[in-house]
Amino acid sequence: MSSRRSRISEEEIAELLSKLQSLLPEARRRGTSRASSAKLLKETCNYIKSLHREVDDLSDRLSEMMATMDMDSAQAEIIRSLFRP
Amino acid sequence: MESKSSTTGNRDNPNRNLHGSKTMMASHFLRALFRIQQTSTSSSSAGRSRRIRRAAYASMAYSAGTRRAWSRALLRKLRSRARLRFPRRLSRAATPQRRDMDQAQVLRKLVPGGPSMDDCKLLEETADYIRFLTTQVRLMQTVMDSISS
Repeated sequence: MSSRRSRISEEEIAELLSKLQSLLPEARRRGTSRASSAKLLKETCNYIKSLHREVDDLSDRLSEMMATMDMDSAQAEIIRSLFRP
Repeated sequence: MESKSSTTGNRDNPNRNLHGSKTMMASHFLRALFRIQQTSTSSSSAGRSRRIRRAAYASMAYSAGTRRAWSRALLRKLRSRARLRFPRRLSRAATPQRRDMDQAQVLRKLVPGGPSMDDCKLLEETADYIRFLTTQVRLMQTVMDSISS
């Protein structure tokens, strides 16, 4: 390996882009098979936005549930389900 | 192909690093949830929701630690008690995105610490951020499923 400083090369970008593409869920990957970088970046942005929205949504729902239920009794079940294979 | 740009290993299998983080994420998030339930008044569900959301990003950031730029940026935000906001408004109705550069800029606003990253770093950090985000989402779903069962 040469000791040159890391320089942004086409191949590096292309490899990183393809790694990114593999992280997108199936549905979003369709249509980006030609790996146009603009399209891929756009899908990535949309995916991250949807994940942020999911965090918001799950926070709301968890909050509602916590109001009406006793988490102590659910504790064992929660921990069990987290460590299920 | 070895990458010399990152300081710590994510060398062969990035998921290997994630595994230990998952446990940290879960325990951090659960402790926060129990604390929130004990200390929040019954009145504001919205306030509790905000605390839960904050706990979600906190457990992500703490489990990723300081080895990533995105987690360092998130930790800074959390410690300064600033409001955690990610831009949402760039909808389809907005101006059509034309070149790569525009999308990279959009991405920089979505990934914590984005604005100070070059393109290469941005892509690396984005991939890591997505992995942790999806893990956190799955964690929250699991908690919710087990509460509601």
